[in-house]
Amino acid sequence: MKIETTLAYKNIKGKPLRSAALILLAAFLALSIFGGSLIVLSLQKGLNSYEERLGADIVVVPNEARTKGNVESILLQGIPGYFYMNTSVLDKIRGMDGVEVATPQFYLCSSKAGCCSTAVQIIGYDPETDFVIQPWISNAYGDNLADGTLVLGNHISMPVDRTMTFYGRKLQVVAQLDETGTGLDNAVYANMDTIRQIMDDADAKGFSYHSGVRTDEAISSVMIRVKDGYDIDRVTDDINIHVRRIEATQAKTMISSIAGGLHSVSHIISVLTALIWVLAIVILVIAFTMITNERKKEFAILRVMGASQKMLARQMLTESALISAVGALLGLILASLIAFPFSNLIRARLGLPYLLPGAGVIAALMLGSFAVSVVAGALTAAVSARRLSRCDAALVLREGA
Amino acid sequence: MELRAEGVSKRFFRNSKNTNYFYAVKATDFVLPAGKLTEITGRSGSGKSTFLNILSGLLEPTEGKVLLDGTDLYALADGPRSVLRNRSIGVIPQGQTGLHSLTVLENVKLPYALYGETAADETAMALLEQVGIAELRDAYPNELSGGEMRRLAIARALIRKPGILLADEPTGDLDDANTQTVLRLLRQAADAGTAVLLVTHEREAAAYADCIYHMESGVLTGETV
Ligand SMILES: Nc1ncnc2c1ncn2[C@@H]1O[C@H](COP(=O)(O)OP(=O)(O)O)[C@@H](O)[C@H]1O
Ligand SMILES: [Mg+2]
Repeated sequence: MKIETTLAYKNIKGKPLRSAALILLAAFLALSIFGGSLIVLSLQKGLNSYEERLGADIVVVPNEARTKGNVESILLQGIPGYFYMNTSVLDKIRGMDGVEVATPQFYLCSSKAGCCSTAVQIIGYDPETDFVIQPWISNAYGDNLADGTLVLGNHISMPVDRTMTFYGRKLQVVAQLDETGTGLDNAVYANMDTIRQIMDDADAKGFSYHSGVRTDEAISSVMIRVKDGYDIDRVTDDINIHVRRIEATQAKTMISSIAGGLHSVSHIISVLTALIWVLAIVILVIAFTMITNERKKEFAILRVMGASQKMLARQMLTESALISAVGALLGLILASLIAFPFSNLIRARLGLPYLLPGAGVIAALMLGSFAVSVVAGALTAAVSARRLSRCDAALVLREGA
Repeated sequence: MELRAEGVSKRFFRNSKNTNYFYAVKATDFVLPAGKLTEITGRSGSGKSTFLNILSGLLEPTEGKVLLDGTDLYALADGPRSVLRNRSIGVIPQGQTGLHSLTVLENVKLPYALYGETAADETAMALLEQVGIAELRDAYPNELSGGEMRRLAIARALIRKPGILLADEPTGDLDDANTQTVLRLLRQAADAGTAVLLVTHEREAAAYADCIYHMESGVLTGETV
């Protein structure tokens, strides 16, 4: 082993308390930068998934939907809710200029009562025209969804017997979707006919909140894809003008409220991370400076024995790099222990789409955080090392008599 | 080996009556010959340590040159000058100078380790025998007495068999018995051919010295033996 490394190692071991404090500081550097960027990346991935999940340019819901709570939260976050309009809306929209595809969706809530396995949002769609849900289902399940079958959102646990009962009707679970990082992972999906049957069953069982709606003529929303070359803004306005008792909204504006939330959270996280870094680095500089002063004599003795200023600087750097590396490793372990097991809690706390990046991205992020932390730690020591090389061995030893 | 100072002086900044500087060492010519024990005496603050540090290559003089067998020390960059000090100039600094994280044996072998070489344990142990602290090989400096620590510093200064040995008040805080031991060791080094400089503010070393200089207010005066 090189003498710098040996001395560095012995110095670290010789002052366990001081070394532990420095290692903890270095751990904070790594923890904050890794944790911070992981959250920001997860939010971004969550948002991308949202956009993909929606997949439509325009969303049409009945006017009454506004009074039934937050449309976005029903459409995007799978918060149980329902509203209905007549199927004729769909035909009118399909006839309009600029509309390439229009596909209906149907929302229903299951009940907590004994007739249902669990209370969830049930989303029905039309396999013939759907372009929104199908891609996610095809990912998990090769075929079109048959009557009487269900697909589960990613977070709904698969029943042992692969069946679920809604309003007394037993349905076969055939697949589970990929994770979207949104509340939609908590919904259950069926085709239009199946969901209408479920609704009729609900009526028959006397669940009045769905009553008064003729199931074969009802839909909840229409998802629209606009033809290339048409202005989405214009098509939206056209629909709002020509179709009555509905509200057409650009998907972009729906997403942008979420994106806005994401930006402010990302901003807060960046500022927090920066603050932690400034603080930790200031403390590290002070600590290393104090250590340097305390060890002036030791360095002067080495000078007397023939160590060059470069060698002393190298020793300081080795020591701080060792400390930073151990600290960074600790920080990454701590961050992982928090970020991965508690990612659902973090998602819930943030109230925003949150989807952990893939293993490769996480590994790269860890490596990057590690490198940045070690370099930062070593650079702080370099500042002190520079001071040291300007200090005069002869003077120190005179003082140290 | 021979160490030679040509017109060296050292100016320090310090505010006094008319000026903001003073000379701790005034223009001095000096030769440290091989195989001799040369002593410099003088009161505390007279400039002895400053002069010794200039000779050792640690403190650049304001004027003048220091020549080690003809090599101008301060014409060299810090790197090569450090190597030269490591190989050829053993320094016993003022004060307690063991590295606390290393054992006595590791301390003594350190001058070799600095440049990636390893001193044979036998060589280091022989030296520890010679200075009389062999049984302390695995002790740490804070477990040593003042005399033992000084002997450690001597062993460490001698391990590379330097041609020059510079000792700054090596008996300063030692009792009589230890003082005699240390002086005897320096004498032995001189007899073995080393050019030895002993700086002290006491006079008890005279019996061991080949020549004695006196320093007062930065002025080095005559060889008296
Ligand atoms: N780096 C320095 N800066 C300013 N003054 C110094 C410095 N080093 C030594 N001196 C002064 O130079 C004088 C000689 O000091 P020194 O060589 O240590 O004396 P001695 O070793 O003979 O006791 C003293 O007055 C001391 O205060
Ligand atoms: Mg002195």
